[in-house]
Amino acid sequence: MGRYVIRRLLQMIPVFFGATLLIFLMVNVMGDPVAGLCGDRQCDPATAAQLKKEFGLDKPVWQQYLTYMGNVFTGDFGTAFNGQEVTELMANAFPVTIRLTLVAILFEIVIGISLGVLTGLKRGRPVDTTVLLLTLVVISVPTFVTGLLVQLLLGVKWKWIDPSVSSAATFDELIVPGLVLASVSLAYVTRLTRTSIAENKRADYVRTAVAKGLPRRRVITRHLLRNSLIPVVTFIGTDVGALMGGAIVTERIFNIHGVGYQLYQGILRQNTQTVVGFVTVLVLVFLVANLLVDLLYAVLDPRIRYA
Amino acid sequence: MLLEVRDLHVEFHTRDGVAKAVNGVDYSVDAGETLAVLGESGSGKSVTAQAVMGILDVPPGKITRGEILFQGQDLLKLKEDERRKVRGARMAMVFQDALSSLNPVLSVGDQLGEMFQVHRGMSRKDSRAKAVELMDRVRIPAAKERVGQYPHQFSGGMRQRIMIAMALALEPELIIADEPTTALDVTVQAQVMDLLAELRRELNMGLILITHDLGVVADVADKIAVMYAGRIVEQAPVHEIYKAPAHPYTKGLLESIPRLDQKGQDLYAIKGLPPNLLHIPPGCAFNPRCPMAQDVCRTDEPPLYEVTESPVPRASACHFWKECLHG
Amino acid sequence: MPEMPEHHDEGSAIASTGAGGATDLAMSEAETLEKVPGGPDGTGPDKKARSLWSDAWHDLRRNPVFIISGLIILFLVVIAIWPQLIASGNPLDCDLSKAQEGSQPGHPFGFNGQGCDVYTRTVYGARASIQVGVLATLGVTLLGSVLGGLAGFYGGAWDGFLSRITDIFFAIPVVLGGLVLLSVVSNNSVWPVIGFMVLLGWPQISRIARGSVITAKQNDYVQAARALGASNSRMLLRHITPNAVAPVIVVATIALGTYISLEATLSFLGVGLKPPTVSWGIDISSASQYIRNAPHMLLWPAGALAVTVLAFIMLGDAVRDALDPKLR
Repeated sequence: MGRYVIRRLLQMIPVFFGATLLIFLMVNVMGDPVAGLCGDRQCDPATAAQLKKEFGLDKPVWQQYLTYMGNVFTGDFGTAFNGQEVTELMANAFPVTIRLTLVAILFEIVIGISLGVLTGLKRGRPVDTTVLLLTLVVISVPTFVTGLLVQLLLGVKWKWIDPSVSSAATFDELIVPGLVLASVSLAYVTRLTRTSIAENKRADYVRTAVAKGLPRRRVITRHLLRNSLIPVVTFIGTDVGALMGGAIVTERIFNIHGVGYQLYQGILRQNTQTVVGFVTVLVLVFLVANLLVDLLYAVLDPRIRYA
Repeated sequence: MLLEVRDLHVEFHTRDGVAKAVNGVDYSVDAGETLAVLGESGSGKSVTAQAVMGILDVPPGKITRGEILFQGQDLLKLKEDERRKVRGARMAMVFQDALSSLNPVLSVGDQLGEMFQVHRGMSRKDSRAKAVELMDRVRIPAAKERVGQYPHQFSGGMRQRIMIAMALALEPELIIADEPTTALDVTVQAQVMDLLAELRRELNMGLILITHDLGVVADVADKIAVMYAGRIVEQAPVHEIYKAPAHPYTKGLLESIPRLDQKGQDLYAIKGLPPNLLHIPPGCAFNPRCPMAQDVCRTDEPPLYEVTESPVPRASACHFWKECLHG
Repeated sequence: MPEMPEHHDEGSAIASTGAGGATDLAMSEAETLEKVPGGPDGTGPDKKARSLWSDAWHDLRRNPVFIISGLIILFLVVIAIWPQLIASGNPLDCDLSKAQEGSQPGHPFGFNGQGCDVYTRTVYGARASIQVGVLATLGVTLLGSVLGGLAGFYGGAWDGFLSRITDIFFAIPVVLGGLVLLSVVSNNSVWPVIGFMVLLGWPQISRIARGSVITAKQNDYVQAARALGASNSRMLLRHITPNAVAPVIVVATIALGTYISLEATLSFLGVGLKPPTVSWGIDISSASQYIRNAPHMLLWPAGALAVTVLAFIMLGDAVRDALDPKLR
């Protein structure tokens, strides 16, 4: 196990550098790296040249990348367009997005798995067909449309929620945005759980459990569910990284000042350091989440041995 | 009588129609007795056993007629909760493929101990001790150390021993073993079979042994029921049937066993395919494959005739059982 | 790597990234398909493959989901090519004085913020979506299956290298990548969007293709063909491709729907297609400013978009069910 973790960590290194380099190159293509450093106006050419020299932006891209990464490892993510440290932006933005992601994951677990178990056990019945159709609709409507409609109905028409989230972004304010963010994944969790339950329901070991005279409840929770949830847990685990990266749309609709908001601002203002910094952290979150999922797999399924 | 199955009918409703899997099966087992149920796949032998255990998939399966008397009580009339208390505690089942029949993500100790926790209300700790005891009983070496291991960490023979231990856990009156050795290596088969027979004797249980392998049966069974297309076609004490079968199907089965004294001869094979349960042939279901078939076999379904020439009770569902017995 | 690769791969394959999530999951569902073609009985690949496809077609023709989604898609393709068949107006013909007005005779869906006819624009919007969806899927499928298929077939260093590259692409959130890459593009055509989707989408197909080629390669009859001295190219074309193509087709069909959805999302964020291109994404985006007063402007293009995406996902679902004998 220990050796496996080390090997996986080593494998993560090229992926980490590859992904950040890719983003670094993309952002560099994106345009003027000094834009925004002179406040809201364009820099005059002399200042721009001086700034470029100061930040080492006149050097080749690969050298810039190495310098940047070197700084990142000492905790220096550079300066954002408004003169703030990128790390400072992160300290404000990440807690918000983490809260939002937590709410979303909670919805996936509670609603997604419950619906999946229900439909998997009642496969082919009306409740199954209805839920299945609903999941298809949820998957087909893009998140930003769902978000706009939910905002319109709950926030504007019925006034159940405030259409835009305050800067504190407390948990209760994030319930509806979290549901919107989770919606598509939620539908997938439902479908995945359903398939898994329906498949395992006919497994030999479930028949054995029934033959042992176990109560139906115990057969389902201890034998059927335990096995069926392995792929679901994996999906939810890897979804953590995706949700944080995908929060950009939800945050924009509900005006949440999280990671997505800062990234969007960074891209609008063409601020390299904000964009690369945030993406670097997101990539890291994604990689760590994947590693944890793989390790969790071994706990859930003893047949898997890591060598 | 420990178990009596009377006139059992089971149907499966499939997309292509109604498959008549069991069509009027009668058999019985007494305490301490071993009944071997013999037949090809699709003969209804496993479905009958599942109906007895109460683990049929309903739907698509459905018991349409019959009684299953367990110590005089009709199991089909019990409420599901009462039925459940019979399962595992008073009658238990050993399945063919232990690897897929054991839960892959629970330790064998948990799966064995579960029986005591659920049926006897024991604590986790006590049930764990019971699990070790059981594993010792089925002669799994180093039981104490291995009780926390998972099914995939055991060999095929050891896994089947665990299945047997699970079935024996609460010392049931009846054990149904569905092809318990088919998935095992030949060398291990005998060991597992011997263990099963020995434990049956020790605990004076009734045993229903489902198999398609006549070789397994001879040593352990007291009587044999041969099934074909959901019916019993011949029923007899084990030695009688080996000496002189009273049904052409049984005869065919016996003749298709390779024998050392007939080395060099062609091995006999029953021609044709097992019947399609959606369209069982009229008359005797075996008639399209039967070398002795006459016109009557294609029109009249033979009843289970009493084989009157036998000193012990025997029965055969063949219009020409006499000819068969003497031919 | 863990010892049960099929499980493990499923795990990391669901590295869903934003709008791409849909395809990723479809992918894991499709992985069961890899076991479909050919059997261990070695009755020959061609017969097997052909009967798999003809069985599937037999099932599909009777599946109402397939028929309905197929008809919807057919309709969409037709109006994407000839929108004037059902819309006589000009989508760029707008009258500001009618801005935000609701339904009226001759204009069943009302007018949008610029006073353009919502019905005409919704009809004409199909073209951009279908174009982006079809072309991006074609590009992704070609690139992904060639790269992934070769990696699966030859294995070794190229396979290892490609796997790492795929990992890198999976680590980048799709919507974010789109924002960064497309924010500099000032080109008005659909090509930058398609190019971006191919660039970030191919690893998904490549993983599927790699997996199914590896599975097909392990089939007994392929081993037998190898033992009989079949050449590499003959094995790839005659024995492996026909059997490995099913999962790719399923995932590609579902991916098509998600690309259409992704285009709209990018347009909503302001980096996808740009006016004067007529696109549902652009219309939804501009309608969102008026959503409180005139929700009809948003509902029609959004509805059309949802129906389109739904049709492709259902089609993919139906094809998968037909190709997966486990469900028969």
